[in-house]
Amino acid sequence: MALTKRIIPCIDVDLDEDGNAAVYTGVHFEDLQYTGDPVEMAKAYNDAGADEFVFLDITASAEGRETMLDTVSAVADECFIPLTVGGGIRTKADIKETLRAGADKVSITTGALERPELINEGAAAFGSQCIVISVDARRRYDEEGEHYVEVDGESCWFECTKKGGREGTGIDVIEWAREAESRGAGELFVNSIDADGTKDGYDVPLTSAVCDAVSTPVIASSGCGGPEDMYEVFTDAGADAALAASIFHFGEYTIREIKEYLDERDVPVRL
Amino acid sequence: MPGETIAEETIADVVVVDYGLGNLRSVTRGLERAGAGVEITDDPDDFAAADGVVLPGVGAFREGMENAGPYREALANYAAAGRPLFGICLGMQMLLGSSEEAKHAGEGDVEGLNLIPGTNVRFDVDRKIPHMGWNELAVTRDHPVVAGVDGEYAYFVHSYYALPDDDDAVVAESDYGASFPAVIANERGNVFGTQFHPEKSGETGLRILRNFVDYCADG
Repeated sequence: MALTKRIIPCIDVDLDEDGNAAVYTGVHFEDLQYTGDPVEMAKAYNDAGADEFVFLDITASAEGRETMLDTVSAVADECFIPLTVGGGIRTKADIKETLRAGADKVSITTGALERPELINEGAAAFGSQCIVISVDARRRYDEEGEHYVEVDGESCWFECTKKGGREGTGIDVIEWAREAESRGAGELFVNSIDADGTKDGYDVPLTSAVCDAVSTPVIASSGCGGPEDMYEVFTDAGADAALAASIFHFGEYTIREIKEYLDERDVPVRL
Repeated sequence: MPGETIAEETIADVVVVDYGLGNLRSVTRGLERAGAGVEITDDPDDFAAADGVVLPGVGAFREGMENAGPYREALANYAAAGRPLFGICLGMQMLLGSSEEAKHAGEGDVEGLNLIPGTNVRFDVDRKIPHMGWNELAVTRDHPVVAGVDGEYAYFVHSYYALPDDDDAVVAESDYGASFPAVIANERGNVFGTQFHPEKSGETGLRILRNFVDYCADG
């Protein structure tokens, strides 16, 4: 009897040409491709045995916001598993309206980097359990970081980026993870700009460094190409949950197949 | 939605107490899916006509009890009448007499509803806190709400857990470094709660909500 490792499908949602919410998934946070209807996908993942569901609103526009909250509600109505919603959350009011729309947790990236007090405010008002701090990390090989790891014989640090990797901040991911935790973050969601969309596996050194730095649960994201990558990030990095998008959307693997693979290798999962 | 006639299939009328905390939408949808007619209410006078009352909740114990203060008497009367009262997560913790959480936060003692004697204590294990995720249920004694869920998984997120004074109040346990109560009930059986979120626990959670709705219908 044990707490299980979580397998989490994620959808990126944008508005289509007609202004309706639609699922997109990309490579390196660019080149978005249309893949489906968010509510149908949520329902399918719920039925397929997903442990949670993550919905990222990538419109980042005012006009998109209202459509997205309606979509969050429609998704929540079909989702009897925890639902995390991220994208464009910058104020306590944004957190509140997202939770009211039916999200169980909110994922915050830029809003927290720009005003870290948002974490304290959100945790105080709604509880740490619903405040997920998301980092979009990028490897840097210069001298400006604080915490270095050896990767393939080279020393690198991880920088927090904004706007899906398009803008650097100079902030060291490890420092930020610790600060976010001390301010009341309930979970950390670790994306890798380097690994995103590659299907070459999660950024294990990154995930491992964050897991070692904090005691809140860590969700590994970016780069999953199959069950062996999830196995690696659970056993080598110590992640609590693993997120994937395209391998599920395009039907390369079912959640069941992934869980059976992990179960056979003694990783605790909910089957 | 046109064509959906949920009302015709309703087997019990349940009220969900809206005391200003938490995501009521998912618990409402879960109960509806389980066959209940659901009314969200902030009026204690609505309890009397209901077949069952659900006390949901996420957040901190002190804030929960402050917000639930106006419902204290109505909930006590409802429970004393032997009618079904179901606490979920913080709502379950509030059924007890006190919590270390308020003390831990430097807020002194905060009195719970005290419908199941005991206190809520913080996990004292070498594991990540909060306990967050899917964990297995081990049913330790019969109660209608846990029928058919022994060995199944439920979704938890909490740092404190209920420790009833009476061991017999424990209906199901789970394990996180040490075993802890996952479902508790009073001696009469009509006041009970789950530490996990049945509305977020997939099919197992829906089974528990159906058990609850059936129990309300039988009452």
